[in-house]
Amino acid sequence: MAKENLVMEIKDFSFTYAGAEKPSLKKINLPIEENKITAMIGPSGCGKSTLLRAMNRIHDLYPGNKYEGKINLYKADGSKQNILDIKKENDFIKLRQEVGMIFQKPTPFPMSIFDNVAYGLRLSGIKNRSELEGRVEKALKGAAILDETKDRLKESALGMSGGQQQRLCIARAVALKPRVLLFDEPTSALDPFSTGAIEELIAELKEEVSVVIVTHNMQQASRLSDYTAFMYLGDLAEYDKTEKIFLNPTQKLTEDYITGRFG
Amino acid sequence: MNRLLLNKIILILSTLSAVIGIGFLFWILATLSYKGITSIHWSTFTHDLVKGGIRNLLVGQFTMAILASALAVPVGMMAGIYLREYGHGSKLASVIRNLSDVMMSAPSIVIGVFVFALLVDPFGGYNGYAGIVALSIMMIPIIISTTDNMLALVPKELREAGIALGGSKHKIILQIVVKAAKVGITTGVLLSFARIIGETAPLLFTSANNQFFTMDLTGQFPSLTVSIYNLATYPDEASRELAWAASFILTMIVLCINLIGRYAIRNKK
Repeated sequence: MAKENLVMEIKDFSFTYAGAEKPSLKKINLPIEENKITAMIGPSGCGKSTLLRAMNRIHDLYPGNKYEGKINLYKADGSKQNILDIKKENDFIKLRQEVGMIFQKPTPFPMSIFDNVAYGLRLSGIKNRSELEGRVEKALKGAAILDETKDRLKESALGMSGGQQQRLCIARAVALKPRVLLFDEPTSALDPFSTGAIEELIAELKEEVSVVIVTHNMQQASRLSDYTAFMYLGDLAEYDKTEKIFLNPTQKLTEDYITGRFG
Repeated sequence: MNRLLLNKIILILSTLSAVIGIGFLFWILATLSYKGITSIHWSTFTHDLVKGGIRNLLVGQFTMAILASALAVPVGMMAGIYLREYGHGSKLASVIRNLSDVMMSAPSIVIGVFVFALLVDPFGGYNGYAGIVALSIMMIPIIISTTDNMLALVPKELREAGIALGGSKHKIILQIVVKAAKVGITTGVLLSFARIIGETAPLLFTSANNQFFTMDLTGQFPSLTVSIYNLATYPDEASRELAWAASFILTMIVLCINLIGRYAIRNKK
């Protein structure tokens, strides 16, 4: 695999939660391809969410966790940065603007729809009203939610439906023009109809960003992703193109999990 | 057969207990309303205590309660934010949380005595500031515990989502988390205000009382609750009538603040 197609690269990465004796992730090596969708699957407790949450260092919200190895982020200008080296608050803020995250439950802030999308933009220092308006509208359009919201931008985001709230959260993250978006089971709290809308949106997003998605839903992983990583008990058991993983996995464990024999 | 009988007995007993409890409450309210309303005149609100009214007492009581809140709300909220957002899991935080819970059930007369020793005795006399401090000491633990509990109800994903957009911790706490807990915290502030506006013991020998209208906090300060205590012990009919009127008005004030607080919760959730 050629390096220039990677947006992130996880190298010999181990992670230990604060107070835990054994690492939750052991020497993970995983490439993240640019403008592709990478799915992470595996049974509960295998470490896929832990790995995802390491990729924008959201773990650092809670003290005492231990990182080892490297997670490289390749910037637009071709330079690379090991995000595990980040120590300063400002650099964390930059990292999270480049690597956004969408959570399982929709997390609208208790403010208007407009302010929700503008929140990250304001944090990044944009104060000009017309620039904010332009970026918010573009983000809402990008998250396929502009038509539903353009007449109620001043209303509270808490009054939206769950599926709309999740798309609003995606719009909020997209507004910052990140290089990578991390999705942590983004549809498991939603009905099938909203799930379809979100999946469609994620598929469109890969034109602009690289996507990593953790999911418990095998169909979702196979429908959506270009690459799939199967994780088991803190190890990366298998990684390959999604078709290969789902049609012809090299490992028996992967096959058993995908066909529903355990998990 | 036996089970049905037992069921009936317990039903009757518990209904009876409820009726007794509520009965006393209505008895109090009925007596208070009857004696209070008949004792209220227009002059009750326009005259000061020295002329048989409670104007200066109402102003004094509210002044002290509002200034006590101005002191207690910021301190209590910041302490609550520390306990939940910064000190979570640390030893210091759990010590402070326990102490604050103990403080909440501290007898109010003890707080009065403490403030007497601290701010009255050394300064040569009763003063309004001492009353304010005593009330805010009563209020702070309530605000701490409300803030702490209401912040605990804010899902951690909301904090993480803020951080994931590039926010720093203090910005997320002030702009998102506290905002999400706003209704609960406001309700707690209102209910604790209702609690201190009706307190007598912390004022009895801190700010004491004043018959005249004054805004001078360095001297004795007019108080509705302390006046009720004094008036009720006087032998003359007029004083006791005024005590009834003042009690009724105080009850209505506390009731209204409580209802507003509860209504706010129901409406916003």
